[in-house]
Amino acid sequence: MSYPEGLKYSKEHEWVKVDGKVATIGITSHAQDALGDIVYVEMPPVGKELAAMQEFGVVESVKSVSSLFCPVSGKVAERNAALEKRPELVNSSPYENGWIIKVEMSDPADLNKLLSAADYQKTLPPVSKH
Amino acid sequence: MLKRTPLFEKHVQLGAKMVPFGGWEMPVSYPAGIIAEHLAVRSSAGLFDIGHMGLIQIRNTKYEIRNNDGALELIQRLATNNASKLEINQCQYSVLCNENGGVIDDILVYRFADHYMIIANASNADRVLSHLKASAGGIDVSRWQDRCALSIQGPQAVGTVEKVLSVSLSTLKRNHVLVSNGMIFSRTGYTGEDGIELVVEKAAAPKIWDLFINANVQPCGLGARDTLRLEAGLPLYGHEYDEETTPLEAGYGWAVKFDKGEFLGKQALEKEKAEGLRKRLVGVELDGREIPRQGYEIFDVQGAKLGVVTSGTFSPSLKKPIALAYLTPHPPYTSPIFISIRGEKRPGKIVDKAFYKRVK
Repeated sequence: MSYPEGLKYSKEHEWVKVDGKVATIGITSHAQDALGDIVYVEMPPVGKELAAMQEFGVVESVKSVSSLFCPVSGKVAERNAALEKRPELVNSSPYENGWIIKVEMSDPADLNKLLSAADYQKTLPPVSKH
Repeated sequence: MLKRTPLFEKHVQLGAKMVPFGGWEMPVSYPAGIIAEHLAVRSSAGLFDIGHMGLIQIRNTKYEIRNNDGALELIQRLATNNASKLEINQCQYSVLCNENGGVIDDILVYRFADHYMIIANASNADRVLSHLKASAGGIDVSRWQDRCALSIQGPQAVGTVEKVLSVSLSTLKRNHVLVSNGMIFSRTGYTGEDGIELVVEKAAAPKIWDLFINANVQPCGLGARDTLRLEAGLPLYGHEYDEETTPLEAGYGWAVKFDKGEFLGKQALEKEKAEGLRKRLVGVELDGREIPRQGYEIFDVQGAKLGVVTSGTFSPSLKKPIALAYLTPHPPYTSPIFISIRGEKRPGKIVDKAFYKRVK
């Protein structure tokens, strides 16, 4: 499992990639592995205003359903239409083709509350070897 | 403290995700993932550790009593199906009910030459054991301590078992058993496919497991076991069955033999049959991709509540959401129905519980 440098992470297992005012958001390698085979991603409509850490959708795996939280406040600028037909991209490519939404940030200070790759990994349970 | 089967180390070595289930630490999936494991069983074969299932032996303590009459009589008094129809080396699906007709467990009853065996669900095994013992009198009811079960399921399962364990099974009929080389080969399963459930010595289980892994049989966890049984419309205790639910409501009236004599729960079940079912298990299919989960409510077109989902998943074979649900007993149920998912009512339709039927 990988946690690219340069991304920001939430304790709720979302990642954020910042490009100017636009934040791309997805779920981490750890999250997709814990969920297992993902079969549906519910995304908000473009234009919807989101507060920081507001629930913005769900991701359904075969076994369970989990809420998605938006780490930054702003307006939904784009959603990953590819996930409508191929939700499994979140499993196979969590940081690239499996991104979920793009948000036009209203308060870049939200980013200060997020974790670096190293600090995020410290929040994860140790890899169990039994 | 969770219990572990003799195959625990094998699962860890294979990279399985281990989860608690019915008091046991069991693999939910392997690195292939639930969908790939599921499809392996539908297209070729899959290997399951079912060492958590409770194996209970029932035998007469007085050696001179022939034919296990006492053991049979005990089973006849507590289980709904007619065990007197069993030949030696045959098994049947049956249900243990309380006096209200509610389900204590659903089981397989096996008849062997000198004893009977019951396979109980992992989470109910202690309960079933004490339930049987309470009525046992002089009959010996005990855990089969040194044995455990594995399952190989899929269209290529029987041929694979024949090859891997050098045994001939082609004439073995469904719900029949071959006892060979100290192993029990039972042509049964919980996936909607042909297959073999194997009862082996615990000490031999890891070696037998490896023989199948080395023959490239896909190991499958509880996740795939659940999606496979759900596609086949098979009930799971804690979802479709509990002590407030009768086998008639779950659609297992064929396993309740009213003409066999007295058994626990018979009066209540006869009454329900005469007065009409309180609820009925149905299959539900959804149009979208949202998955109906246990506890989600179901409504009719007018918005009246019809019932509740007991199990739901994304069907890997049909590639759409499916669910089992109990509906109130007022047919006709006319599609569309509506399932409340996160506050939105999503349209669906009522279908045959056997979502997937194998091509024979």
